[in-house]
Amino acid sequence: MTGFLLPAFIFLIAGVIAVPIASRLGLGSVLGYLLAGIVISPVLTTLGVDVVSIQHFAEFGVVMMLFLVGLELEPKMLWNMRAKLLGLGGLQVMLTALAVMGVAMAFGQPWTIALAIGMVLALSSTAIVLQTLNEKGLMKSDGGQASFSVLLFQDIAVIPMLALLPLMAMPELMDMAADHGAHGTDAAHGGGHGDAHGDDHGGDDHGPSLSLTEGLPGWAQALVTLGAVGFVVVLGGFLTRPLFGFVERANLRELFTATALMMVIGIALLMTLVGLSPALGTFLAGVVLANSEYRHELESDIDPFKGLLLGLFFMTVGAGVNFDLLFANLGNVLAMTVGLIVLKATVLFILAKAFNVGGTDKWLFGLGLAQAGEFGFVLLSFTVANSVIPQSVADQLLLVVALSMLLTPGLFIFYDRVITPRLANASAQAEDDIDEKGRIIIAGHGRVGGLINRMLRLEGHETVVLDYSSSHLEMVRAFGVKAFYGDATRPDLLHAAGIEEAQMIVIAIDDREKITELTHYVAQNYPHVYIIARAVDRNHVYKLYAAGSRDIIRETFDSTIRMGRSALEALGVHPFEAEKKAQEFVARDRSALVQMASVYKPGVPLHQNPEYLEAGKRLMAEQEAEMRGEKPDFHARLKTGWVEPTTDSQE
Amino acid sequence: MSKVLVYYAHPGQNNSRVNSQMVTRAQQIEGITFVDLYAEYPRFQIDHVVEQERLVEHDVIIFQHPIHWYSTPALLKEFVDRVFDLGFAYGIGGDKLKGKRLLQAVSAGAPKEAYSKNGYQNFPLRTFLTPMQQTATLCQMTYLTPFVLYDVLSSDILAQIEAHANAYEALLIALRDDTFDEANAAKLEYFEARDVAKLGKG
Repeated sequence: MTGFLLPAFIFLIAGVIAVPIASRLGLGSVLGYLLAGIVISPVLTTLGVDVVSIQHFAEFGVVMMLFLVGLELEPKMLWNMRAKLLGLGGLQVMLTALAVMGVAMAFGQPWTIALAIGMVLALSSTAIVLQTLNEKGLMKSDGGQASFSVLLFQDIAVIPMLALLPLMAMPELMDMAADHGAHGTDAAHGGGHGDAHGDDHGGDDHGPSLSLTEGLPGWAQALVTLGAVGFVVVLGGFLTRPLFGFVERANLRELFTATALMMVIGIALLMTLVGLSPALGTFLAGVVLANSEYRHELESDIDPFKGLLLGLFFMTVGAGVNFDLLFANLGNVLAMTVGLIVLKATVLFILAKAFNVGGTDKWLFGLGLAQAGEFGFVLLSFTVANSVIPQSVADQLLLVVALSMLLTPGLFIFYDRVITPRLANASAQAEDDIDEKGRIIIAGHGRVGGLINRMLRLEGHETVVLDYSSSHLEMVRAFGVKAFYGDATRPDLLHAAGIEEAQMIVIAIDDREKITELTHYVAQNYPHVYIIARAVDRNHVYKLYAAGSRDIIRETFDSTIRMGRSALEALGVHPFEAEKKAQEFVARDRSALVQMASVYKPGVPLHQNPEYLEAGKRLMAEQEAEMRGEKPDFHARLKTGWVEPTTDSQE
Repeated sequence: MSKVLVYYAHPGQNNSRVNSQMVTRAQQIEGITFVDLYAEYPRFQIDHVVEQERLVEHDVIIFQHPIHWYSTPALLKEFVDRVFDLGFAYGIGGDKLKGKRLLQAVSAGAPKEAYSKNGYQNFPLRTFLTPMQQTATLCQMTYLTPFVLYDVLSSDILAQIEAHANAYEALLIALRDDTFDEANAAKLEYFEARDVAKLGKG
């Protein structure tokens, strides 16, 4: 047990200390994690921690991230992106690979090695770029969308690359590999072994890997692959609802998390077995589920894991930098890294122009994707294992990849501090305004929330409904209402439902404590959100007022008044008289409520609050006196506008 | 300086072209109180205590409203019924409104020509305002000449709206600053935007 506890603690403490500092300095979480990794590297080496395996494991965070990205993307939007995806993405990979190949050949490398290097370095870091774009809220911008298209294409491009590379094996290197045995693949320089990226075709020294397609003829392989993808789509489309419905019966919070994880891991596993990139598979699954009512539930379950694993991954990248080798070849490595960044950025800028990405977006695109990415680690070890690139070259390239990743946060900072202020694009901002409609979150879709939702939607307002009963949700969704499954009091679910951009939240759940809790949470953390709160009774009103809502409606009050009025009418009182009595009663009650609320002390039981007791007794006595006719005011108000006949003449 | 209180009564504000412009101007003026009756009492639950206090505090009361069936919108009638009590507005001890001024700022759908013996409305507009005038008189208030914009349903009116709103603003300011020529205004049956310039110099 201690074997895992100590490294775990070291990683956690490094992250917990480094990232808030980095955020405070405006450097972003990615840089924080990377630096934390560098700092703890000596400690890890002393303890003999296998950073490579940990990185392997942590790469799953990238898989999860792409699942979450898919969840945000509706199938329609994905289809609309196909031009950018294939055009921008395809050209980026091709042109960059060729450009790097050209440079490598100019430095005397044979063309097969040069091409391999080109392919390795053409890919960018999905993890860093997407994480940073999300943090900065730039995913929806033109630059963000363009970057995303390219990254997605790169993910797809890995597959043909993995097929192509073994064909470029060089006989000389194969002999070398035979001499050195399994040594070559053991990149202690932070190179992952790419199990998470599906390279189990040949050459891997890690024993027999599972595969559904090994040994099958080409056409059968393609068939199995397509079948697997189809299965994922079907699973998402038809099995999610019954699955969650089944799990709900146990009524245990952690089972939902387990189910979500099971889905993501299962899909990733299936993809690996057919040789596809698991990140691609989970992305597709996410897209399929983007319209599901469980979307927010899935998001909030997976998000913390993704966050932690990605953080861990970045730390392992930082920890994996071989500083000895680095300082031995500092000049070379730095030159290559900077050269690579400049070259990639140039290609990206040219493409941005060609595809009409302008202004600040062009810079975001160009600077953001200019690094080499974690796929580079994967491909490098793969190429060495397949005798495509010599170990020595690979070692240096590993440093280049890692270093370029380390420098990326710097580029984003440059973008933030230098580019954005200079090129603040007014028209781009106008677009944002149209995009950001005021949203209304309705917590609870029962007797209260359901009706409110209808009222608001009839007026054309956009609402997001959260409810905790899947059977209820099915019925609601059948009527075309956009509803999501989950416990509205969970901060992560609120976040997934968009509380940051919300205008208003209507708290219509029926649990007294939860209503207060939710009111308090939203009032504290999102003061810009207008809170309408459902109160169970009078005392609850006082609590909710103290919690921060200024629009509190007692759930049975209005109905009760109507019942009272109805009763009066049934007893023979003229309807209009009954109406006036009811209105007067409401006015009195409201005035009493205000008086009592001012002496109510949260946390103090009523019978121990002398001011409250005294005020209560006084109000009750006044009411009784008025009802008995001892005080003229009450009846006088009823009579307003009606003149008593007098025997004296009027003045 | 007089304290001016504007009561605005309009049940269909979303469709208003004229009154909405007048309201924008009125709300900008410093030192006047503006009350949107249909906003305060959307369920017609007039609080006569609050309103009586409000009336007592002010010197000039303006009723701004469209003419609905030769009268005020329903809520304004309810307002007068509820608030102008025996013992407050009239009768023994009912002198709380004494000496205050009442002015109606109205918009009429029909053209000026219609409001005459020979027109299809058969009577001048002033005739239809008689009930309110008498109400003021009984409550010992001074009923000022009404401020009118005719023909508001026509398409041509758009050109006149701004002038009317500007004049309304000038009128309110004049009433507030006591520069309104009440004597000369009293000689007229009604006055319009173009008359305000002259009357505002008193």
